[in-house]
Amino acid sequence: MLDIEIDGKALQVVEGSTIIDAAHQLGTYIPHFCYHKKLSIAANCRMCLVQVEKAPKPMPACATPVTNGMKVQTHSEQAVKAQKGVMEFLLINHPLDCPICDQGGECLLQDLAVGYGASASRYQEEKRVVMNKNLGPLVATDMTRCINCTRCVRFTQEIAGLMELGQAYRGEHAEIMSFIGQTVDSELSGNIIDLCPVGALTSKPFRFSARTWELARRKSVSPHDGLGSPLIVQTKHDKVMRVLPLENEEINECWLSDKDRFSYEALNSPERLTRPMLKHGGQWIEVEWQQALDYVAHAFKDIAKNHGAAALGALLSPHATLEELHLGQKLMRGLGSGNVDFRLRQSDFSQDGQGTPWLGMKIAEIGSLDRVLVVGSFLRKDHPLIAQRLRQAVKRGAQVSLVHSADDDQLLKAHAKAIVLPSQLPQLLAQVVKCAAELKGVSVDAAITALAVSEKAKAIAESLLSGTRAAIFLGNFAQQHEQAATLQALAQLLAKITGANFGFLGEAANSVGGYVANALPGADGLNAGQMLAEPRHGYLILNAEVELDSARPLQALAALKQAATVVLLSPFKLPGALDYADVLLPVSPFSETSGSFINTEGRVQSFNAVVRPLGETRPAWKVLRVLGNLLNLPGFDQDSSEQVRAEVLGAATPTPEFVTDRLANPLSDVANNVANNVAIKLDAGPNGLERVADVAIYSADVLVRRAPSLQKTRDAASPAARMNAVTLQQCGVSAGQELRVRQGEGQAQLFAVLDAGLPDGAVRIAAAHPKVAGLAAMHGAITVEAL
Amino acid sequence: MLSDDAFKKIDREIAKYPADQKQSAVMAALAIAQDENGYLAQETIAAVADYLGMAPMAAFEVASFYNMYDLAPLGRYKLTVCTNLPCALSGGVDAAEYLKQKLGIAFNETTPDGLFTLKQGECLGACGDAPVLLMNNKRMCSFMTTEAIDQLLTELRADLRGQAT
Ligand code: SF4
Ligand code: FES
Ligand code: FES
Repeated sequence: MLDIEIDGKALQVVEGSTIIDAAHQLGTYIPHFCYHKKLSIAANCRMCLVQVEKAPKPMPACATPVTNGMKVQTHSEQAVKAQKGVMEFLLINHPLDCPICDQGGECLLQDLAVGYGASASRYQEEKRVVMNKNLGPLVATDMTRCINCTRCVRFTQEIAGLMELGQAYRGEHAEIMSFIGQTVDSELSGNIIDLCPVGALTSKPFRFSARTWELARRKSVSPHDGLGSPLIVQTKHDKVMRVLPLENEEINECWLSDKDRFSYEALNSPERLTRPMLKHGGQWIEVEWQQALDYVAHAFKDIAKNHGAAALGALLSPHATLEELHLGQKLMRGLGSGNVDFRLRQSDFSQDGQGTPWLGMKIAEIGSLDRVLVVGSFLRKDHPLIAQRLRQAVKRGAQVSLVHSADDDQLLKAHAKAIVLPSQLPQLLAQVVKCAAELKGVSVDAAITALAVSEKAKAIAESLLSGTRAAIFLGNFAQQHEQAATLQALAQLLAKITGANFGFLGEAANSVGGYVANALPGADGLNAGQMLAEPRHGYLILNAEVELDSARPLQALAALKQAATVVLLSPFKLPGALDYADVLLPVSPFSETSGSFINTEGRVQSFNAVVRPLGETRPAWKVLRVLGNLLNLPGFDQDSSEQVRAEVLGAATPTPEFVTDRLANPLSDVANNVANNVAIKLDAGPNGLERVADVAIYSADVLVRRAPSLQKTRDAASPAARMNAVTLQQCGVSAGQELRVRQGEGQAQLFAVLDAGLPDGAVRIAAAHPKVAGLAAMHGAITVEAL
Repeated sequence: MLSDDAFKKIDREIAKYPADQKQSAVMAALAIAQDENGYLAQETIAAVADYLGMAPMAAFEVASFYNMYDLAPLGRYKLTVCTNLPCALSGGVDAAEYLKQKLGIAFNETTPDGLFTLKQGECLGACGDAPVLLMNNKRMCSFMTTEAIDQLLTELRADLRGQAT
C-alpha cells in the first residue's frame, strides 16, 4: 500500500494505482475526457492535469502512478490554471454548437466548460472542419465536435475486439474514422455513443427527438439474451425514446449490446397490436376485451370437452416474464393439459425432467477463468457481453477453445478450435473426453476409447487440464442440436474429468425462468417439438412467431394451420398469425408490464412497467389471470405481478436475488447416452450436405425483428446459403449464384456465399427469418441446386 | 495487388520481429508496397494489414500519419519541400513559392504533364542545409536556392528524355 495525500486528505492505495484512481477512492472529482475506467490509458486530452508536490509541472492524473508520500492538489491555483489552459485549447477547434447538438445537457465537454472555460474565446482564426463519416445505421457522427480523446478507438480495439475505428492523419488534421468507407459493424457499437464525451458520436435512431432533460429515467431489464442486462429506459409522454445501460459490474459492467440498446424502436412500431381481434368468417374484426376473452374461454372449454384437454397446448416464449410463464402453464394445467413448453428451438428433449440448465457459475466469475471450452456457440452474436468477458480473460492469459460447426471470428485469440459438421460434434467432443481421460488416468466407456483422437481434440483436452479454473459451456447451437443430450453428457463427463465448471449459456432472457416457472410438459404432457409434430386442436401462443421461432418451421406452420383455435397473445400483429390465428390479444412488451426475468446465472431481476400500455394493450399476466377466472379455474386471483412471482418463488423473501436452490444442470445418464449416441451420424443428404443454422442476432425474437435500425445493419442481412469452396465446387455452384435449397418438404431460394470457416459438406443458412421459413428444420440433410 | 516478390521482401521484415508481433513490420511493409505500386491504395493497405494480421484501420493510421506514404497517385517526381521553422527562416518558404510558380501548381497538386507533384514536408533533419527538399521520398536535395531548383528541374526533365530515347 502507498500513502498519498489528495487536497490535504490522506489515504492509502494499492501499488500501481494512478492519481485519478486514488481520487475516485476519495470521491474527489478530477476533470477528464480520455480517461475511462474500462479502457487503457491514453493520456491525450490533458484535462486531468493536477499539481503534484515537487513536480516541476502539472501532471496528468490519469497516467501518473502514485508514489509513496505523494502530495497532490487537484484544485490549487497551478492545477486550475493548467486545466483552464487545456480547456481553452480544446475549445479552439470546437464548433460550440450546443444548441443544435444532441449531446447538449449530457455532454462532458459542456459540463466542464462551465467550470473551466472562459466566457468568450480569444481565438479569432479559422476553425478546422472535419467531414462526417457514415458509420452505419446506429451511430451518427458530427466529427467537427470530436476532441480526439480516442475513447471510441480504444473501445473497438479493446472491448469489441476489432479496431474498426482509428485516428488517421496527424496533428491538426488528425481525425477519427473507420477504414475508408466502412461501417462499424460490431454488435457492441452503441457503446461508443456513451463513451464519446462530446456530441461527435450520437445515437442515430434517437437523433433530434428529445432533450435529455425532458426524459424520465426508469429501470428495466433487457428481454433478449440470457444475460439480462439492466437497462435505463428513457421515456417521454409515455413513449420509450432511448435505452441506456444501467451499470452493474456483475452483469453487463457498463456496456450494452446493440440488440439491448436499439430494440426499443420496435416498441413504437406501426405493427403494434392495440386492440383485441377476432377472425370472423375469414375477416379480422376489432372487438372488446370481454368478447375476445369469452371467445377464448369458450373455444378452449369446447375443445377440452369434445377432444379431451390433451388436445390443447401452450407454446410460450422464453422471452416472456416469469409471471407470464407461470400463469400460462397454470392455465393449461388448470384446463387439464400438460402440453406446455417454452423451449421452441430445442429438438432433443431426452434430458427433460432432471434439472434446470444454467450457467453453473456467476457471470462475474467468467473473467477469472483460465481455461474455457465453448461448445456449439455463435458466441459473439448470441452472447455479445459474455464473449466480451471471455475476450478480456484471454488478454489476461486465459485459454479459450472452441468446438463448433462454423468458424466465425469471435474476435478473441482462441487457443484451439475444432470445426466439424454438426453430426460430428458428439464424436469430436468424445475425442476430447478420451484424451482428457487418458491424461488423467480415468477409465471411460468403450465407445469413447475406441475413437481415434485428432490433434485439435488433444490440444483442447491438454489445455483444459493445464489450468486451475476451467469451465465448459454449451452454447445455443449445442442446445438446439439434434443430439443435444449427447453433447451435454459428453461435456459433463469432460467437466467431471477435468474438474471444470459445467454450464449452459442461456439463449433467452428467461431460459432459466421458464424452468423455474415450470412452463414445461409434465409427465403426461407433450413438449414443444411433440406439440407441433402431433398437431393439437387448440394452441395458446405467447409472444412467439412459432413459424420462425421453432426448430421445425414447416411442421409448426402446418400444425397451427390445421388447428381449430389458435390464440395469440402478442404485442404485435404478427403476419404469420394473421393467417393461422383466430384470436389476437394485445399484450404488453417488457416496457409496459411489471415482471421478472431469471438470467442465465439464476439471478432474479424484477422490473416495473416504464410506460403505460399502448392502446388497449394489457399485461399478459393480467390477461392470463382473467382467462383463468373466466374458465373458473382455481388459483387465479392474484392482484399484482408480485403476488404471481411470490407464488413461483415463495413468499418469504420478496426477491431472492438468486434462485440457486432451484438450479441444477440436468445430470445425464452419461454412460448409456454416450455408448449409444457417439457413433450415430445424422442422415446426410444425397450429396452429403448438412445444414448449419445460426439464429441471426437481429432475428432472434419477436421484438428485435421489428427494430428498424437494427434491421439495417450488416448483421441483419438476409440469409444466404454459405458454403466453403470445396462444398461449393462439390455442388457445382459458385458464390453469388442463386440456388434452390431443399430440405424435407420445403425449399427456399437463396444466394450462395463463400464462407471459408465452414467444414466440408456444411451449408450454413440462418434460421428464424421469413425467407427460410420454408425449410424443414434447423438441422439435418439439405440439398442445393443451381437455379 | 502485390507481387510475390513484394511479399517475400515483407517476409524478410517480419522475420526481424518475434513471431507474435508481425505488425511491428507495418512501416517497412507499407514502404515495400508503395515502392511497388507507386502509392498506397486502400486495397493495398488492407492487403498489407491482412498479411500482418492487424486491423486495416491500424495500418491506415500508420499510412496516413507519415507523409512519405502517399495515399493517392502522384506525378513522376514528388518534391517535398521542408517548411518547418528553421527552413522557413532560411528560405524554405521562398523555395516552395519559387517551385509553385515555376511548375504552375500549388501544394498537393500535380503538373498537367504528370511529371511533378509538390508537397509540403516536415523537418528533414538537415536544417543547416536549408532550404531542403526531398525527391521521391528517397533523394535528399540541399541548399535549394532558385538556381539549384532550376538545375534540379532541368536535370529531371533531361533524365526523362534520356530514358525515353
Ligand atoms: S469521436 Fe468522441 S470518443 Fe471518439 S475520439 Fe472523438 S471525442 Fe473521443
Ligand atoms: S484524462 Fe488524463 S489526459 Fe485525458
Ligand atoms: S526544418 Fe527543414 S530540415 Fe529541419
